[in-house]
Amino acid sequence: MLRFLAGRLLQSAFILLGVTIITFGLLFLIPADPVRMIAGRSATPETVESIRRQLGLDQPIPVQYARYLGNLVQGDMGRSYIQKARVSELIASRLPATLQLMAAAIFLQLLIGLPAGIFASTRRNRPPDKTVMLLSFVGISAPQFVVGLLLIYVFAYKLELFPLGGYGTIWHVVLPALTLGVTIAGWYSRMSRSSMIDVLRQDYIRTARAKGVPEYRVVLVHALRNAILPIIAMIGIDIGLYAQGIVVVEAVFGWPGIGQLAWLAIQRLDIPIIMGVTLVAAVGIVLGNLLADIATSLIDPRVRHS
Amino acid sequence: MLRLFTVATILAAFGLAGATAQAQPKQGGSMVVTYKDDISTFDPAIGYDWQNWSMIKSLFDGLMDYKPGTTELIPDLAESYTISPDGLTYNFKLRKDVVFHNGRGLTSADIKYSIERSVNPETQSPGQGFFWQIAGYEAMVSGEAKELSGITTPDDYTVIINLSQPDATFLHIVAINFAFAVPREEIDKYGLDFGRNPVGTGAYKMTEWLLGQRVVFERNVDYFRKGSPYLDKITFEVGQDPSVSLLRLKRGEVDVLGDPIPSANFLQEKNDPANADLIVEGGLLHTGYITMNTTEPPFDNKLVRQAINMAINKERVIKIVNGRASIANQPLPPAMPSYDPNYTGYAYDPAKAKQLLAEAGYPNGFETELYTMNTDPNPRIAQSFQQDLKAIGITAEIKSLAQATVIDAGGQGTAPMLWSGGMAWIADYPDPSNFYGPILGCGGAVPGGWNWAKYCNEEIDALAAKADGMASTDQVEARLELWRQIYNKIMDDAPWVPVMNEVRFAMHSARIGGEDTLFADPIHIPVHYEYVYAKDVQ
Repeated sequence: MLRFLAGRLLQSAFILLGVTIITFGLLFLIPADPVRMIAGRSATPETVESIRRQLGLDQPIPVQYARYLGNLVQGDMGRSYIQKARVSELIASRLPATLQLMAAAIFLQLLIGLPAGIFASTRRNRPPDKTVMLLSFVGISAPQFVVGLLLIYVFAYKLELFPLGGYGTIWHVVLPALTLGVTIAGWYSRMSRSSMIDVLRQDYIRTARAKGVPEYRVVLVHALRNAILPIIAMIGIDIGLYAQGIVVVEAVFGWPGIGQLAWLAIQRLDIPIIMGVTLVAAVGIVLGNLLADIATSLIDPRVRHS
Repeated sequence: MLRLFTVATILAAFGLAGATAQAQPKQGGSMVVTYKDDISTFDPAIGYDWQNWSMIKSLFDGLMDYKPGTTELIPDLAESYTISPDGLTYNFKLRKDVVFHNGRGLTSADIKYSIERSVNPETQSPGQGFFWQIAGYEAMVSGEAKELSGITTPDDYTVIINLSQPDATFLHIVAINFAFAVPREEIDKYGLDFGRNPVGTGAYKMTEWLLGQRVVFERNVDYFRKGSPYLDKITFEVGQDPSVSLLRLKRGEVDVLGDPIPSANFLQEKNDPANADLIVEGGLLHTGYITMNTTEPPFDNKLVRQAINMAINKERVIKIVNGRASIANQPLPPAMPSYDPNYTGYAYDPAKAKQLLAEAGYPNGFETELYTMNTDPNPRIAQSFQQDLKAIGITAEIKSLAQATVIDAGGQGTAPMLWSGGMAWIADYPDPSNFYGPILGCGGAVPGGWNWAKYCNEEIDALAAKADGMASTDQVEARLELWRQIYNKIMDDAPWVPVMNEVRFAMHSARIGGEDTLFADPIHIPVHYEYVYAKDVQ
């Protein structure tokens, strides 16, 4: 187990190093000059050059990268070009809100997706199965901003059950988490359905049924324990999926998370923030996958011994 | 994000003439303003977008200001001022009753420090270039000098500013945010974080900033204009989707929409009789235009540029933006001094345009590219232009790209045609010269400059320099007339197709009162925070 863990950690470290190269590359891939955006319309060419010097953007690329990595190791992601505030502070102040929303959304999507998939798998190719699959298709396909605005209009504006966007109480988190949950639950129901169908065909399930185990136990205990493995892996990967969804949902609901921060930074060409958020998202994905690997290996001994 | 900034221009006729006749509103109450985007900074040397521009004006003050709702300059931190006959020396006497939010009294050293801070290259202020005319500017920008030799402070309440050459716009320059007074001890304390911990002399002080959630302004009880401002507290809720904000306004949770009314809801809300008193229409110091790169064929030919001016159907563009604009025929917007109401420009006449094109040697038209920013409604407007051009035989390929990319193409001169929508010039101060230098003058026609037509007419540049040298008070009318002639000459060369002047519709709740001009003030967007009041405490 320890060797497995050490191997995975080493792998993650290399991935992260690769990620820093890519985020650093953003600085050069963006098809516009950030210095000019800082300098503003009235700036003379001399002012532009002086700002470029102060930001160290006139240095050779390897020097710039070494400096970037050196600062990063000390937790310094630089300062925003536009706001002049520390990027690490800006991200730290918004990260808790995003994590809250993600946790609530993961909970909701499992709560919706898993039972729906299991239910469908036990009634394969019959109307209940078809209905669940159709609904999950709608969920996957629906644009999140439309679902979000619809939920707000119906449940917050018309029925006045929830606040009209914002952040703070448990009531504020329901609709944004539901928006993410409903749209992503579709993946989980399809995934858990096919995974369950695979497992339900196995010999040991037939054995269990033959020796008279009640059907609910066959499904929820014998089959689910094996079928859940790919789903755990999926949750790890999902964090990447959220990186897209969270920007949209945070914007619609006025949720003060890092998605909004990133969106605003992109509009303002505030590269240090874009780099910082990208890096944090990448760390999240790597961490998510690592946790999923560990969880899988705990549940399934075959993984850690292979 | 584009730096939209602008200054009050509604004419005095609409202005406070009516407001002063009524009893002064009582102080008290509060209001909630929503914004889609978080606020970038409150540092007056740094902030340069339409959202923080008017908020900074409520937190800080400069030597001069504008009479609310007009373009008339009035002394603000200055009590009085004199200008030497040669137009080179400005002598400002400061008020003695001004204190910063930290309790310290304002002195002349603060004014000197604050202007020098914006000029200091280490500050990286986007406003640095506005102070070019102050003696010693070059030395400070190049790093040779640590201060501006042109600013002296003989005593605590006198500031003398010497210019290297007369500049008729200089009083506007000391009214601009980049010249606002900041206390040195707070800058030393907070460093780069001053923008999040602003301390000024203004009508409001900032008491809370929860990143990404809200900013709270409270009334400065020590403000030097007694009886002002009216509201005790303004809460800015940020990160709010404009459609959701609109729903919240209807439910009474929000008083003022900081962002424009969403396009999808605009006509419905505007035509709703219940909103008649709540939606106020106001002009902006804005012109939307098509630039043509005058240095490259075929647009190096004046006849081609004139032909395109006649080919564009501007009525259709106004329809595309739901009537939120009026037709433009010259670079200056109507609210700007020197705007020529008698100028008729190039009428829409495709037949004449085709004839001119033939005269220019392009009887069968040509192929070109039209750059536009990729957010609605700009691509739709570009398609409308594409159709107009097709009608006179020109095939234009639309390059619909991100804002920064389009600005870059314009600056580098790689865009043959460029529609300015979403990036257009909005004046920094209400003076005709502000629509010339960077966007039509030779100085802006450099790589990376904002003169996207790369238009450079030495004769007009000389006239512009002459106009801005006319600094004495008896030359005001002659100067404005000269600027009028300059813009007419420019239109003769036709480097642009002026298309429209945007109109802003501001929406507020019934709870908030004030003259309509305060809600449509083009400098104080979305409202003039210092002069609106809460009806529930009257």
